[in-house]
Amino acid sequence: MKRLADVLLSPAPGAEIVMGNTALVRAMIEAGVRVVTSYPGSPTPEIADAIRALPAARCPFHFEFSTNEKVATEVAFGASVNGHLACVFFKSVGLNVAADTFVQLGLMNLIGGLVVVLGDDPGANSSQNEQDNRHLARLACLPVFEPASPTEAFTMFKTAAALARSERTAVVLRLTTHVCHAKEKVAFGAWETPAFDDTPRFSPENGPYIPITSLVFPMKRQALERLQRIAASPDHQTWTTLSSHGNKRRGIITAGLPYLSLLEVFHEAREWPDILKLGMVHPLPRSPILDFLRSHEEVKVLEELDDFLELQIKAVAFEHRLPVRIIGKTCFDDWVGEYTPDQTARVLARAWPDLLPPLPPPPAVTVPARPAQLCPGCGHRSAFQAIKAALPPAAITVADIGCHTLGFLPPYGIGQVLLCMGHSCGTAAGLSLFQKDRPVVAFLGDSTFFHAGLPGIINALYNHHDFTLIVMENGTTAMTGHQDHPGSGRNFREPVDAIPIRRVLEGLGVKTILETDTYQQARLTDLVRQALATPGFKVVIARHPCMLKFTREQARQGKPRLPAVHLSDACDQQKVCISGFACPTFQFTPEGRVTVQQDLCIGDGSCRQVCPRQAIQPTKKGGA
Amino acid sequence: MPSATFDIFMIGVGGQGIGLLSEALLRAFDHAGTPVRGVDTHGLAQRGGTVTSHLRVGPDTYSPLVREGHADLVIALERHEAMRGLQTHLRAGGQLVYYDAEWQPLPVRLQKQPRLTPEELAAEAERRKARLHRVFVDTLPDPRMQNVAVMAWLVRNRVLPGLEPNHLESALRDLLDGPVLTRNLELFATLLR
Repeated sequence: MKRLADVLLSPAPGAEIVMGNTALVRAMIEAGVRVVTSYPGSPTPEIADAIRALPAARCPFHFEFSTNEKVATEVAFGASVNGHLACVFFKSVGLNVAADTFVQLGLMNLIGGLVVVLGDDPGANSSQNEQDNRHLARLACLPVFEPASPTEAFTMFKTAAALARSERTAVVLRLTTHVCHAKEKVAFGAWETPAFDDTPRFSPENGPYIPITSLVFPMKRQALERLQRIAASPDHQTWTTLSSHGNKRRGIITAGLPYLSLLEVFHEAREWPDILKLGMVHPLPRSPILDFLRSHEEVKVLEELDDFLELQIKAVAFEHRLPVRIIGKTCFDDWVGEYTPDQTARVLARAWPDLLPPLPPPPAVTVPARPAQLCPGCGHRSAFQAIKAALPPAAITVADIGCHTLGFLPPYGIGQVLLCMGHSCGTAAGLSLFQKDRPVVAFLGDSTFFHAGLPGIINALYNHHDFTLIVMENGTTAMTGHQDHPGSGRNFREPVDAIPIRRVLEGLGVKTILETDTYQQARLTDLVRQALATPGFKVVIARHPCMLKFTREQARQGKPRLPAVHLSDACDQQKVCISGFACPTFQFTPEGRVTVQQDLCIGDGSCRQVCPRQAIQPTKKGGA
Repeated sequence: MPSATFDIFMIGVGGQGIGLLSEALLRAFDHAGTPVRGVDTHGLAQRGGTVTSHLRVGPDTYSPLVREGHADLVIALERHEAMRGLQTHLRAGGQLVYYDAEWQPLPVRLQKQPRLTPEELAAEAERRKARLHRVFVDTLPDPRMQNVAVMAWLVRNRVLPGLEPNHLESALRDLLDGPVLTRNLELFATLLR
């Protein structure tokens, strides 16, 4: 087996097929990064998977999953003002959590340099929106690189790190989902184990570091001057690529993954507009853009999500009174979704209907949709089964982020409103005001409890709100790939004392804390009824370890899977297991009878208690 | 229409091992000296949802994504997903190879929509002039080896341009270790015979 650690730590240059996220780790090593922090979130967790492949003793940097993105950014900031080159990475909406810290970075003199790797998610593949974080980087006065491929992610990270060091600032590397996850052969450079000078270099003299009232102004001025310097730097030209096809009429300005989509669509284009591809999207390279606008009659700004480049490019044209026709977003469809090659073709056809041959309509799919599902044996399924039995029909259920969000799907229908990580207790508090008729139940996962859940809980206690919180505790950050969290008993590298959720709640003064394993469905139903009957803020901890993590660990240890359950002759086809409990294991035979899909069942038996006929039976090894 | 680029679209259900299948094919093409790039589904959909993987083989590719209706080959690990891949990505006259597992999607299990039969899939393939091949091995020791069964079928029938069995074996050796590697290589060799 090829060892990723050998690839990532090889002193010699080489080339390897890797995804963008993996290439970034080699770039961190080559750049001499000393501190890396994160909170897991798609599309970035595979960066940490690659870091995990490095043995602790050989990993040249400190890595941690911090409690949330804000703390992760602060740890990286602290390391940077102490002289270390630092990096923090997280997903698109993670920047909202980190924003209070992030927007200050431009004001600071980061003597070690800092690279902020953002995993934006056009197409909302794994996110609650498809926000365009270029806006926040601009708000924070920080430069932004936008790579299109794993190779560019690798080279631009190193460029960003060098710029961050020389300008003593934070530099944003904005990736998108299919840059993070794209795989190609990337050529790595040479690398020598560096002799790090770990002298703590923090000094207020390097600052100022205290932005209060009028002290802010010189710091803001410094941030603006830095941006201006970067915009005017000759390096900026080298990050911009002009592909001239001798087309005086039409040109396209683009950046990031849409650039590759554009080249793909060019295979069938009737003419090839010239292309100006930006490597840095903030601050803009004004001079090549100006040249490009001057030398074309029409310029299409091809950018995913918002009109970030478009507005600035139009401003440039306006200031210089250029006659060029600039085509930006033409309709709402241009604002929505990822610019895949197919979407790019549609966007271009709206700008220039004659550019491409007629496009086929989007494919019609007749096969049933397949949304994500709770896994076979998932403790959340037992929890939803039990909780549903306890809830009156008028109850309002507030979802939060995690695998348990999937409870909103039929047949459970639990979780009717969702904003973001940790919103549930705040939202539930608002929903509980001025009414007693509709009990309000909030859900929260255990990783989210620590990430952003606690302020809402404390608020509920402090302001005497009346609702029930159900903590869906599975012992891991399951949806993003089973990362540890403060309650799981491990950090990224080693076992640690777990911070028990129950004791945290007790310490805060929660009077009613009920808990059970979710496989004890009848008991959980009773506890939820009990909680609903108790006034004030109360918590039910619904606990069961993540069974996907458990079965994977068993398989890794070479332990055989438990045999699938089977249906005995007592089964009279009431179909509760399939229509109510809905474990994916249960499906229909061609004759319409319920059967057990042997590939899927993990033999956990959590389904057995839902059968009114006790027809679901464990199977002994070697058959029924 | 023969072209220098060979586009492969893989589709299945989270948990079926599309990741290993695509990584093995990617590395096998690399072992064969063919330029290749691709991208997989990660994140939420891996929990029992539809997962896809794109593989673009040849020197003249840019995007990691296969365009709708442009795939030369669709590989599916489940029957309903085979239909989805056929309808979204296979080009007219392309080839659809599917492992005939049936993991019914939620709307089927909730009796909102009917299950898909092999006959309906075959009819749709014929309507689209696609070459359809069903793979099914009733003696598999472990359902997680369905992907290897498909790999063996593809190599034995020379569906993957320029790939020899040793390229895929080298790829599996890159990716797996110990008894898991041994079992998969044994199955691969058995199915090649």
